[in-house]
Amino acid sequence: MDKILTIIDKEWAEVFKNRVVLFTVVLLPLVFTIMPLVILYTMETAGPGGAVSEMPPEFTRMCGDLRGTACTQVFIIYQFMLLFMLLPLAIPVAISAYSIVGEKTTHSLEPLLATPITTAELILGKGLAAAIPAIGATWVGFLVFILGTRVLVSTPQVSARLLDPVWLIGVVVLGPLLAAAAVSMSIIVSSRVSDPRTAEQLSMVLIVPVLGVFFGQIGGLVLIDAGFMLAMVAVMLLVDAGLVYLGVRLFQRETILTKWR
Amino acid sequence: MLKTDQLTKQFPAPNGKTVLAVDHLDLEVDEGQVFGFLGPNGAGKTTTVRMLTSLIAPTSGEAWVNRYKVGRDDREIRRTVGILTESPGMYDRLSAEKNLTIFARLYEVRDVKGQVEKYLRMLGLWDRRDDVVGNFSKGMKQKLAICRALLHEPKMLFLDEPTSGLDPEAAKLVNDFVRELKTEGRTIFINTHNLDEADRLCDRIGVMKQKLLIVDSPQNLRQRLYGRKVVFHLRQAPPAVVELVKGLPFVKEVQCLTTESGDKLVVALDEPETQNPSIIRKLVEAGVDIQFVGELRHTLEEVYLSLINK
Ligand SMILES: Nc1ncnc2c1ncn2[C@@H]1O[C@H](COP(=O)(O)OP(=O)(O)O)[C@@H](O)[C@H]1O
Ligand SMILES: [Mg+2]
Repeated sequence: MDKILTIIDKEWAEVFKNRVVLFTVVLLPLVFTIMPLVILYTMETAGPGGAVSEMPPEFTRMCGDLRGTACTQVFIIYQFMLLFMLLPLAIPVAISAYSIVGEKTTHSLEPLLATPITTAELILGKGLAAAIPAIGATWVGFLVFILGTRVLVSTPQVSARLLDPVWLIGVVVLGPLLAAAAVSMSIIVSSRVSDPRTAEQLSMVLIVPVLGVFFGQIGGLVLIDAGFMLAMVAVMLLVDAGLVYLGVRLFQRETILTKWR
Repeated sequence: MLKTDQLTKQFPAPNGKTVLAVDHLDLEVDEGQVFGFLGPNGAGKTTTVRMLTSLIAPTSGEAWVNRYKVGRDDREIRRTVGILTESPGMYDRLSAEKNLTIFARLYEVRDVKGQVEKYLRMLGLWDRRDDVVGNFSKGMKQKLAICRALLHEPKMLFLDEPTSGLDPEAAKLVNDFVRELKTEGRTIFINTHNLDEADRLCDRIGVMKQKLLIVDSPQNLRQRLYGRKVVFHLRQAPPAVVELVKGLPFVKEVQCLTTESGDKLVVALDEPETQNPSIIRKLVEAGVDIQFVGELRHTLEEVYLSLINK
């Protein structure tokens, strides 16, 4: 256990000295939280009418009794919450791409592997070091978002929608699953490339499905409800199992020293 | 304490064939010994050390380190050996002290702070402990990497080309330090292609190129290949004197070289310790002035090159 903590400590000490990583971990959640709040607030002050026409008609079903601005606000919240789900993907990728490719290029993995640490402890340490800031930032951002909408949106039913099972499942369950996928993906990609930026970009293919859902919702093709979220959870469990298996297979002492170039 | 039995490592090569990096290696290194593992680039030195430190698995054969078996007691081996890897692999963004602290914890050191301080002081890096390693010179990084290898007080230490890429001053510092470690009774296994270093530092030398070519003490290595030669510096060596020395029953070969300051007789002998005195006596009797007597040392390089090129 102490070894895992040592790795986490080392990762954080090292990786947060990197501006690109710091930027992703701090700025991204900030933007994703502030931006929707600003939009919601301007809608409040602009009065009725606003952006209603841009909303897919299918979505009105989700609004229930809510009409006009309030329904559009719910739509905005749903859209931005989807963007929020990018955080547990983007942050771990940024951290582990730099941490693993960085160690690879400086040859620092060899002395690390020469210590009595087990491979599992090392992966877990690196994985947690990447996932904890992501999950933390997502949860804190979500809390700020909830409190912000409470203050800025006048219709209480609108802000209440954030506490729908949809988003509780999304943030609490799906978030960590996405983070696990992101970490494993970075390990897999990092074993093959020698530039952290490339590793980051390649690992980011993971955001494609999330963006797909985002635009699907705009186009009225996808309606996000609790059932959809549970299905996503099930899918991610499978994806995680596959990616973690691959990542662990690639992250072996011998493989790292002899095949990672 | 180290022993290998037919230790072999093959790597898959891109063309579908295999590269035989280490070929049926039989080695034995006694406790407290400094063993020089000498060989040209690509000889398989790093691969051997990686197997002996349980970083990669042998293709076949067996090895024991500190009585632990490679492949079976890998964690115990990692716990009890120290390794200076080919490249220092420091975390450049972290301070010297932080780098060592991390490794002391991973090596399960009890007194982390104390051990880190001990070695930083010992290698003269204590005043630079808060500096980020990225600003260190190559020599300082190497010293720090040596500290890292020693934090857990390993009985067995592997040094993979400890002075390669260092300037002569830094190299000397590292070598002096290795000599100091030897007095502490640690077993030290040094990979090197630097002959001088092996000659001066090691109790025994193994010459390696895929296979182990020869193992012996540096002195014996020279002797085994060239025999021993003694140089007699004389003020003048008349032909009669040369013939006189040649005529002695135990003398194998005599060469006479003429220099500005005098003549040199190079005499090949089996046991100069007992045979020199009678030669000197003969020379004095013949009325020749002896200026100096010394052993002609072949450089290990000659021995080495002749082995490698066989
Ligand atoms: N991971 C690897 N994959 C394929 N071949 C390797 C690998 N590591 C080393 N080799 C080959 O094994 C041989 C020995 O290499 P090495 O042990 O590094 O030699 P040395 O340390 O003596 O210079 C070389 O021919 C090298 O190309
Ligand atoms: Mg080498």
